[in-house]
Amino acid sequence: MKKLLMTAAVAAIALGLGSTASLAEAYKACWIYVGPVGDGGWSFQHDEGRKAVVAELGDKVETVFVENVPEPDSDRTIERLARDGCKMIFTTSFGFMEPTLKVAAKFPDVKFEHATGYKTAPNVTTYNSKFHEGRYVIGQIAAKMSKTGTAGYIVSFPIPEVVAGINAFMLGAQTVNPDFKVKIVWANTWFDPGKEADAAKVLLSQGADILVQHTDSTAPLQIAQEQGKLGFGQASDMMAFAPKAQLTAIVDSWGPYYIRRVKAGMDGTWASQQSWDGMAEGNVTMAPYANMPDDVAKMATETQAAITAGTLHPFTGPITKQDGTVAGEAGKPLPDGDILGMNWYVKGVDDKLPQ
Amino acid sequence: MRLILEKRADRSPFFAIASPFLALLLTLIAGGLIFALRGINPLEGLYVYFIEPLTQLWSVEQLIVKAAPLVLIGVGLAVCYMANVWNIGAEGQLTMGAVCGSIAPVMFPEWQDPSVLVVMLIMGMIGGALYGAIPGLLKTRFNANEILTSLMLVYVAALFLDWLVRGPWRDPQGYNFPVTKTFAGWQLLPTFGGTIHLGALFALLACAALAFVMGKTLIGFEIKVTGNAPRAGRFAGFSRNRMVMLCFLLSGGLAGLAGICEVASVVGKLQPQISPGYGFAAIIVAFLGRLNPLGVLFAGLLLALSYIGGEAAQVTLGISDKIAKVFQGILLFFILSCDTLILYRIKFEMGRVGALKAAE
Repeated sequence: MKKLLMTAAVAAIALGLGSTASLAEAYKACWIYVGPVGDGGWSFQHDEGRKAVVAELGDKVETVFVENVPEPDSDRTIERLARDGCKMIFTTSFGFMEPTLKVAAKFPDVKFEHATGYKTAPNVTTYNSKFHEGRYVIGQIAAKMSKTGTAGYIVSFPIPEVVAGINAFMLGAQTVNPDFKVKIVWANTWFDPGKEADAAKVLLSQGADILVQHTDSTAPLQIAQEQGKLGFGQASDMMAFAPKAQLTAIVDSWGPYYIRRVKAGMDGTWASQQSWDGMAEGNVTMAPYANMPDDVAKMATETQAAITAGTLHPFTGPITKQDGTVAGEAGKPLPDGDILGMNWYVKGVDDKLPQ
Repeated sequence: MRLILEKRADRSPFFAIASPFLALLLTLIAGGLIFALRGINPLEGLYVYFIEPLTQLWSVEQLIVKAAPLVLIGVGLAVCYMANVWNIGAEGQLTMGAVCGSIAPVMFPEWQDPSVLVVMLIMGMIGGALYGAIPGLLKTRFNANEILTSLMLVYVAALFLDWLVRGPWRDPQGYNFPVTKTFAGWQLLPTFGGTIHLGALFALLACAALAFVMGKTLIGFEIKVTGNAPRAGRFAGFSRNRMVMLCFLLSGGLAGLAGICEVASVVGKLQPQISPGYGFAAIIVAFLGRLNPLGVLFAGLLLALSYIGGEAAQVTLGISDKIAKVFQGILLFFILSCDTLILYRIKFEMGRVGALKAAE
């Protein structure tokens, strides 16, 4: 028995060594996801980005990912990746910010990329996308398509990105219908199909006939489809889940960014930065326009093209805030800093911002 | 034909000790099978899972960090379960301990000397103990089932913490993100060499102290008697209600201590999620450790290994994160079934059905 165990242990050690030896040479890039890769939204899209890196760089790169990493427990997971030879580590949730910085301080030679945070270091970059550009487009579509003139908006947390999203949606809608209304439900979660479905039902029963979500599950769209109403996908194209309800979706397209950064890491040009790309750089794309008349699709396409070309900026002054004061200079876009720290609503939003 | 469990006349002393090891062995075999089904060499899988984390200093340190709260909570629960008091809500007591312990650093961020840490730890223990006292009181006063009340209070605590960090305790400089100010300086536990913090020492002390209490003192004897032979306990004049309260205060206090230790070390602030389910995993730890304070110490390390190994398996073998949960579930299943089979034997009974057939 003892001998058998010894043999097993020796064999196991040999196997373990064998597998590490074969992994040499390729540039190792690693990802940490807060949710399951199969969430169909946020983590799924980051994984699509990872796959794009593999497709582009092939053998030159080796990728590893860890899914469902609990935020309070993440520094160990990040450290494991750093110790496992990852040269670049993407930590793809806000809650990974402090753990990322903590581990980065221990591994100065490893490059860290933290999504949606605001703290950087010489080897820590932050990156995010201008999702509000897509929200401006869907605001216009919503105002055109809604019969009741009211949209229901399911939101996660009152962080600037989400608030800016609501405002951009509203500003877009007001270009079509100045009296457009939006009802808001704070779900206080990024991913909870049950809660999101409940919120969707409440909003529809209150007279909204179009659902917008800043949460990641497909549940709200599925409710919209069940009740013959319309909605927009979040983070990824959710057409397969609601073929009769989805008008379009704001798609997080991380591939181009990931490819750029991994290449920069490989050729040594990587530097710490705060990256905030949008439609122009290909970070934010729209799923095919569907379930709408041609003129609405045409308007949406034109708006999208104008934002991509840089001729239209969703937050162009003057913008009237909810309290009646005015932000921004006439004809000029709001400075990035104002959008990244946005904590006020534009006029017309029927909700009090949780403070 | 019926399947019945018949109490064994005498239990084998050998298997009473061997049972957890047998359960572990069966878990390894089942685990190997799972790896094989996924097309992974079972030996390599088990090596990555259970041995590799022990071969590097840093992951051994991480193992101890991870085991500390599990042991701290598990040893309290072991005493509870020994007394037949079913505290399932350690996760909630952990949360309330973390909240109460954080009052000092959140309300007085300028308070920076060793006294703040002492206050945090004591408040953490008090918070957990008082929160544990609620199901205790409900049990002794109204005879409410403590399994249900303690479990449901977990969700109350989680929502309370959620409300705090989104509302009154939110970091004003945190861009509306639901976190408190990051603790600093004396608001954090000192560490031994950077990773292992004081919580590990507390866990060791708790195990030693409870091993002494259970083995050598009257109160330990009372706990065991109340659990094993409640009638005998009553004749001896031991109060069942006093025992229930004592167990809840003790296990709640230890869970609270684990909570504030996590917040004041690994997490470094309050946020909606501060524990990856230590309070529930500690239930497995208590049983795996045979409800024995020293056994709990090893069980805590083993369960911590299953977390760390699960992560290693995910990174190295590319398998799902669910595998760690599956392993823990299989382990608990085998422990409980081994324990059951030590006390009982399975018997197939043909009797009644056969008799009916004969009568026809």
